[in-house]
Amino acid sequence: MAYSEKPAGKRTLGSFLPEAVLAPSVLMVLVGVYGFMLFSVILSFTGSKMFPRFVFTGFDQYERLFSNPRWTVAVQNIFIFASLYIICATLLGLLLAILIDRRIRAEAVFRTIFLYPMALSFIVTGVIWQWLLNPGLGLERMVQSWGWESFSFKWLVDPDMAIYTVVIAGVWQVTGFVMAMFLAGLRGINQEILSAARMDGAPTLKIYSRIIIPALRPVFLTAFVIEAHLAIKSYDLVVALTKGGPGYATELPSTFMYTTTFTRNEMGLGAASAVVMLVALAVIIIPYLYSELRNERRG
Amino acid sequence: MPAQAQDQGSVEVLHWWTSGGEAAAVNVLKENLEQQGIAWNDMPVAGGAGEAAMTALRARVTSGNPPTAAQLLGMSLKAWAEEGYLGDLTEVAEPEGWDAVVPEPIQEFGKYDGHWVAAPVNIHRPNWLWSNAKIFEENGLTPPKTWEEFNQVAQTLQDKGIQPLAHGGQNWQDATIFDDVVLGIGGPEFYQKAIIEADPEALGSDTMVQVFDQMRKIRGFVDPNFSGRDWNLATAMVLKGDAAMQLMGDWAKGEIIAAGMKPGTDILCTTAPGTEGAFLFNTDFFAMFDVGEERKPAQLAMASAAMSPEFQETFNLAKGSIPARTDVPGDQFDPCGQKSMADIKAAQEAGTLMGSMAHGHAQPPAVQGAMFDVVTNHFNSDQSSADAAQALVDAVAAAQ
Amino acid sequence: MSAVAEPTLRRSGSGVDVARFALYTALIVAAALFLMPLVSMVFTSLKSMDEIRSGNLLAPPATVTLDAWNAAWGSACISVDCSGLKGYFFNSIQLVVPAVLISVGLGALNGYVLTKWRFPGADFLFGAMMFGCFIPFQIVLIPMAFTLGKIGLAGSTAGLVLVHVVYGVCFTTMFFRNFYVAVPDELVKAARMDGAGFWQIFFRVLLPVSWPIVVVSVIWQFTGIWNDFLFGASFAAGESQPITVALNNLVNTSTGVKLYNVDMASAMITAAPTILVYLLLGRFFLRGLMAGAVKG
Repeated sequence: MAYSEKPAGKRTLGSFLPEAVLAPSVLMVLVGVYGFMLFSVILSFTGSKMFPRFVFTGFDQYERLFSNPRWTVAVQNIFIFASLYIICATLLGLLLAILIDRRIRAEAVFRTIFLYPMALSFIVTGVIWQWLLNPGLGLERMVQSWGWESFSFKWLVDPDMAIYTVVIAGVWQVTGFVMAMFLAGLRGINQEILSAARMDGAPTLKIYSRIIIPALRPVFLTAFVIEAHLAIKSYDLVVALTKGGPGYATELPSTFMYTTTFTRNEMGLGAASAVVMLVALAVIIIPYLYSELRNERRG
Repeated sequence: MPAQAQDQGSVEVLHWWTSGGEAAAVNVLKENLEQQGIAWNDMPVAGGAGEAAMTALRARVTSGNPPTAAQLLGMSLKAWAEEGYLGDLTEVAEPEGWDAVVPEPIQEFGKYDGHWVAAPVNIHRPNWLWSNAKIFEENGLTPPKTWEEFNQVAQTLQDKGIQPLAHGGQNWQDATIFDDVVLGIGGPEFYQKAIIEADPEALGSDTMVQVFDQMRKIRGFVDPNFSGRDWNLATAMVLKGDAAMQLMGDWAKGEIIAAGMKPGTDILCTTAPGTEGAFLFNTDFFAMFDVGEERKPAQLAMASAAMSPEFQETFNLAKGSIPARTDVPGDQFDPCGQKSMADIKAAQEAGTLMGSMAHGHAQPPAVQGAMFDVVTNHFNSDQSSADAAQALVDAVAAAQ
Repeated sequence: MSAVAEPTLRRSGSGVDVARFALYTALIVAAALFLMPLVSMVFTSLKSMDEIRSGNLLAPPATVTLDAWNAAWGSACISVDCSGLKGYFFNSIQLVVPAVLISVGLGALNGYVLTKWRFPGADFLFGAMMFGCFIPFQIVLIPMAFTLGKIGLAGSTAGLVLVHVVYGVCFTTMFFRNFYVAVPDELVKAARMDGAGFWQIFFRVLLPVSWPIVVVSVIWQFTGIWNDFLFGASFAAGESQPITVALNNLVNTSTGVKLYNVDMASAMITAAPTILVYLLLGRFFLRGLMAGAVKG
């Protein structure tokens, strides 16, 4: 079978093949992503409890959501968590990438060590993290047993600090991946420009700040979007470490949504929180997608 | 996989009893059914006191493929019945006379619209105080009978450098203590009004303020690392003598026995301060789903087996609870179990056998969750008692 | 991309040696911190319970015992079934292999169509698919359960494979599309001149150069699906539950003594395949990222 070189003009049945190949995926995404999103939006305007019931109650669920103190805590936490998570993971990832890029020995070993946490789920590592951060069992006791008797590390059980332990574990998990992205970016930088700069005797620091880091701008953007969406979706991290506690001090929107819908049988309220999360995601991601695709077309 | 004897159908059972004594107890039921030629398809989903299991159950039912039976607690059982997903067990419940042997308040959960929809397998009592006998003896103390006594005893112990109370900072554990304090300070009538009827006046009353005052005092008797600790680790503290007391349901006995100690002798069991004469309960049910004619015979056989005195005895000996049917002899049970069996009869007559809020037998999940939030937030912050009582009124109103 | 450029940053002189020393120190410290959780897991899994109770988390085992590993693999009790994780391990394999193959295959085809057979609205469609990567999975549980029931795949491995394909295809399409965008259109045009059709171009021209991005997609999908708990717990029937659900059942004891060594060995067994994949394919992962997933 031959395909017409110019898709314009009359098309045979076979020339719809590309669209036909795409169709199943489009259908899956249409139903599984957009259909279900729409479903959540509709649910958020109903009084659904245990199962979907289409009795519409206007914006009631949103009013209840925003007057719920647990949701307020969840929203505050996601700002603290997401900003620290993104900043720490980006800086640490960049730093490690730069260190590794300095033509070191055993590069592959280091890379693998930094990358492996990404391979593990918190279902797997949750228990050990609880131990390590638990004052009675983990790091605190260990350092004390080395002779530093007054060493104290009680973040996990302190309502004001517990959210930072979630940041620590989250950063541990994602940094390797961020490092890999930066490393890929660093290796993609035009070596001739660097050599030229070095020939001119530019100091290393200047090369990094003037040439290398600006060249990594797109990586920063990609890393940001990946981190931001991981942060908003973070769920098992909290469940494994703190179960939302102490009190509900480490509640995040995702854990709020899950508990509300499935444990407390408040499907309408849970859907409202899901819609708020989706809107937040859209605000971050759609401009990114738009600029990405536009740049591409120009470039 | 053992071959199915003579194929009499199968049951699929969703539950979160995955470990230790509970799993062994479920195994008793499994073997019983396999002897009748009924295959047991296990669907365990552990985690978060049944949280993940409830999600899985919702997904199963939504997809039109419910399991034969699912482990459910009181109020969520009620919710499932109201949604119309549960079957009718009259065929076995009537001839076997369930009505006559199961305490009335428990029937209220097990029956819907006049017919049985679930088989109750146990009665747990959450309002127990567990005390390390050795510590109490060495210090010349006796387990406290009122909250005032509790404060004195705890203070004495604390002054001597002994950790008074072992506790795990999870919302349901905080709520377990809260139940005890409401019942102990306010009495059964107040518990009925505030917790079971969620009466706004009772929730915001001075008595409730006193309850929160007592919660604050209890907070002072807990070690600094209590947050997020599992209940069994808290029990272990009492067993090892690292702490003197724990307020916990009778499932703690499983830990006590596993550690080679005797409940009632090494670890004393008394009713939680101020709650003598009343009995809070928490019952696990096997809720039977409406599964159609084909799967029904096996389901009925399972319901019948779960209600048989033999199973109820074996199961509850393993689980630390007492049988859901009151006609099972208590001679095999330890002193704590026997006390529980005697107390429930007295409470039934006095009308003080009431569902536990912390364990899902007083309020629907939304209201229960709202109460959890207030209690746990107060326990983990500097909130004043008056503010907490007001927050309780508001949160309950918002959740209804 | 070969990194054969001159090692210009390494010069002789004692000052630079101090810098190298600092560089290695920093890397080794960071590596130690990253390894700490894994190391204490491995150590704990090799200890006896007595040693765990008395000892330090990061102390190596005084006497190494594989009992916990044997128990976790073959005899630990998960509810009424006391045959360890091995059955669930194979359940997960049965789930992961088709789900990865299908989602990566579809992603490759989608990327190919979206870049080499452009049609009006292709970019919009791609953007819409990419947004799908970001949907929080908790919100799809109930409608997905309903849909699976309607199409008769509830409680089956096939249904679970479908779920993972639906939410995986967004990622794989993104990876392949970003990769194929950089493959010169001239190659495709030349092939068409030679009379190659839709499939021939895909298999003869694009697929042979795709391996870096195939590796990235396979790693991404494999780890994501293997580690999934939410979908597995919600959509799998009892006997076909994946290993993460079994691990959770094993570790989350509500009564009884916690056997930390068995818990940790079970966690390691669950993690072994994904760690292995990273060990084996890690170097290609970086190349794949360089080749397209990240535009540097």
